[in-house]
Amino acid sequence: MISHDVLVIGAGLAGLRAAVGVSQKYDTAVLTKVHPVRSHSVAAQGGMNAALANVEGSKDDTTEKHAFDTVKGSDYLADQPAVKVMCEEAPGLVYELEHFGCPWSRLEDGRIAQRPFGGAGYPRCCYASDRTGHMALHTLYEKAVELGVRFLEEWFVLSLAVENDRIHGVVAMELATGKVEVFGAKTVVLATGGYGRIFSRSSNALINTGSGIALAYEAGVPIEDMEFVQFHPTTLYGTNILMSEGARGEGGYLVNNRGERFMEKYASSAMELAPRDIVARSIQTEINEGRGFNDEYVHLDLRHLGREKIVERLPGIREIAIDFAGIEPIDEPIPVQPGQHYSMGGIATDVKGATNVKGLFAAGECACVSVHGANRLGGNSLLDTTVFGKLAGEAVKEYLDSGAESPDAKILHSAFKRQEKSIQEIFSRESKGETPGGILTEMRETVFHKCGVFREKNTLEEAYSKIRELQERYCKVAIQNITTRRYNPGLMNVLELKGMLEMAELIVAGAIAREECRGAHWRTDFPVRDDKNWLKHTMAVCSQDGPVFRYTDVEITDYEPKERQY
Amino acid sequence: MSQKNGNTDNQYTFKIFRFNPDVDREPYYDTFISGFPRGTTVLEALLHIQETMDDSIAFRFSCRSAVCGSCGMLVNGAPVLACRTQLMALTGDQVLIEPLPNMDIIKDMVVDMKPFWDAYLRVEPWLHVNEEDTPEKEYLQSPDEVRKLDPYINCILCACCYGSCPVLGFEENYLGPAAIAKLFRFMSDSRDRRGAKFLEKVNSPQGLWACHTIFRCIDACPKDIRPTDTIEALRRKLVVYRFKKFFHLLKQDQK
Repeated sequence: MISHDVLVIGAGLAGLRAAVGVSQKYDTAVLTKVHPVRSHSVAAQGGMNAALANVEGSKDDTTEKHAFDTVKGSDYLADQPAVKVMCEEAPGLVYELEHFGCPWSRLEDGRIAQRPFGGAGYPRCCYASDRTGHMALHTLYEKAVELGVRFLEEWFVLSLAVENDRIHGVVAMELATGKVEVFGAKTVVLATGGYGRIFSRSSNALINTGSGIALAYEAGVPIEDMEFVQFHPTTLYGTNILMSEGARGEGGYLVNNRGERFMEKYASSAMELAPRDIVARSIQTEINEGRGFNDEYVHLDLRHLGREKIVERLPGIREIAIDFAGIEPIDEPIPVQPGQHYSMGGIATDVKGATNVKGLFAAGECACVSVHGANRLGGNSLLDTTVFGKLAGEAVKEYLDSGAESPDAKILHSAFKRQEKSIQEIFSRESKGETPGGILTEMRETVFHKCGVFREKNTLEEAYSKIRELQERYCKVAIQNITTRRYNPGLMNVLELKGMLEMAELIVAGAIAREECRGAHWRTDFPVRDDKNWLKHTMAVCSQDGPVFRYTDVEITDYEPKERQY
Repeated sequence: MSQKNGNTDNQYTFKIFRFNPDVDREPYYDTFISGFPRGTTVLEALLHIQETMDDSIAFRFSCRSAVCGSCGMLVNGAPVLACRTQLMALTGDQVLIEPLPNMDIIKDMVVDMKPFWDAYLRVEPWLHVNEEDTPEKEYLQSPDEVRKLDPYINCILCACCYGSCPVLGFEENYLGPAAIAKLFRFMSDSRDRRGAKFLEKVNSPQGLWACHTIFRCIDACPKDIRPTDTIEALRRKLVVYRFKKFFHLLKQDQK
């Protein structure tokens, strides 16, 4: 049996940073569904927040102000001690990436440049043009290969081996061969990213199926605050590829079909740089009330910024607009609409990434610490991945230093047998049965349209029964063209759909239960924030009959909840 | 995919390379005919074919927005990112889909990229610094110094250049365009301390000298990087280094 001290699942920024931290001391392997540089971190555009106070206008910025903006942005649902840790770690992580080689954009004096971002009181967002995720991910991968981190690429984890609240390892399948293998491990770090692809309109990569959250859920870990789904205000109409908040940070306007900068009505002082939940609702309201274009989108207008600024600061989104919409932003406005973008919820962890299962940690978008609460600020997700990747790595070291027990071979063997049997069973199904495609499409349309920017009881309940129906149909879903297990996309689609349906169920059920408006969760039938009853985290635990919900207190230490105004 | 309504669709005939080494003695081609609306990319079309006609067709994908580098393949003979290639932009209605050359086939369009990543490692693709010089905050770097890196840091390691390079067809140990462009990116970085002597590590017939300057990599690059230019620049740098070394003109720390 293969066995490691540490198994990191996922090789985006969080997984890489965790691996970089532990690999020099403990035997570490990174299992990843795609090659590390294909991870969705690569698509992050705008930047990473840190109170460096480098630029004119941010001289008196501090980590406390960053923390306050984050808490206010979260609609007071974030746990304040965790937010404080993240904001205090931020400058160090930006400098660390710089020392590893990240080509941050610079000021004339050679220091790291910063730009304004939504919901932030100061220009605090450090950036590498509008390709920050690409630069940061390649940089951390470069550091990882320098350190000789061992990667097992194109392995898909099928289950976590958990017994008596302790992790023993994972069962995984190698895509190239279809071989199922068991990996013993004293510690496992989940860093598998978000679930964007359960929504029909999403900015996320096609690989973002939330599989790591589903693994933890199935292993009995509470899943926190899943009803809080971020809809990015500006995704490209048609493909929903991200059009960075950086575009508005650099001065871009949002304009309706009357030529009005409509944000004036919704956030008269922050305007286009209000937090994402507010801007997304404003855009959707304009569209719903007939002031959009073709009832589908509004315009993101950059023309007044001029060619030079667009080419220098926003080359990535210019390229995307040209390649995917045939639009040159120097000459024409870009058609944009809200689309699913980020998961505020996820695997419940403490501030060091630890879950309720001994030896099991989680970091990055798949985890919920919670630092984003009900709405994440732009520029805080790259920060989250690196900070909590680092802290999870440190927690893993502490755990191993204190003498963790070795995994139990018997438990691993039975976990292996269960997965092998389940794959054999899938292969034995009638190939004439329903394929995953139809269920996937119905799930995506249902979740986006009935549990989207605006929500209400009736449609949420329709969505819930639809998902239960799809789960029934899933039990008989089949591979269409049964060949061999070697690199079999049909098999992957069947395997991943199960977790996606579970995620959809958690999101919708959580949204039905929460009868208030907070951050990105907006109930038109309960149109106010209700601190008395709902200033608390949702915790969903897996049971035979679906998720069981309980609620825990929010840690409020520095900033008392107030009404949010921008 | 944004399948809108049937009557505006154009019909395309896809001829797709198939090879599963477990069962096939040699590769063959499958044909699929389907209509796609304006604006459909090759990747969207392949996903549609996979979903509705044959779910065993293997190809890699992730971001679908030309930043992750997963979906490099030959479309009508040209190495491209499938996600960035519009069906409308192809000549005619025949679409030939094949894997990138110069690598072994795992299945269909999925190739074994190990030689590509091995070459990448050979250039030590990380910032070489002296730990003791690391500042408390950032290394200072002017906007102009970053601008010099701009053309090269956009590389997404998709291997389109690697698949297009004729030299790799007969010299499989050649570093290839992407790895050399990566080395150039680091050697152009004002923070990197490796110096010209590092080029001795790639001073071989499989290193800097293998390129025949056929420029296919420049045509193939979806990010407009010009690997051949970097190969020539590093050759010049190596020659200057050798010349100085021969005539004892190097300073102590350059040796």
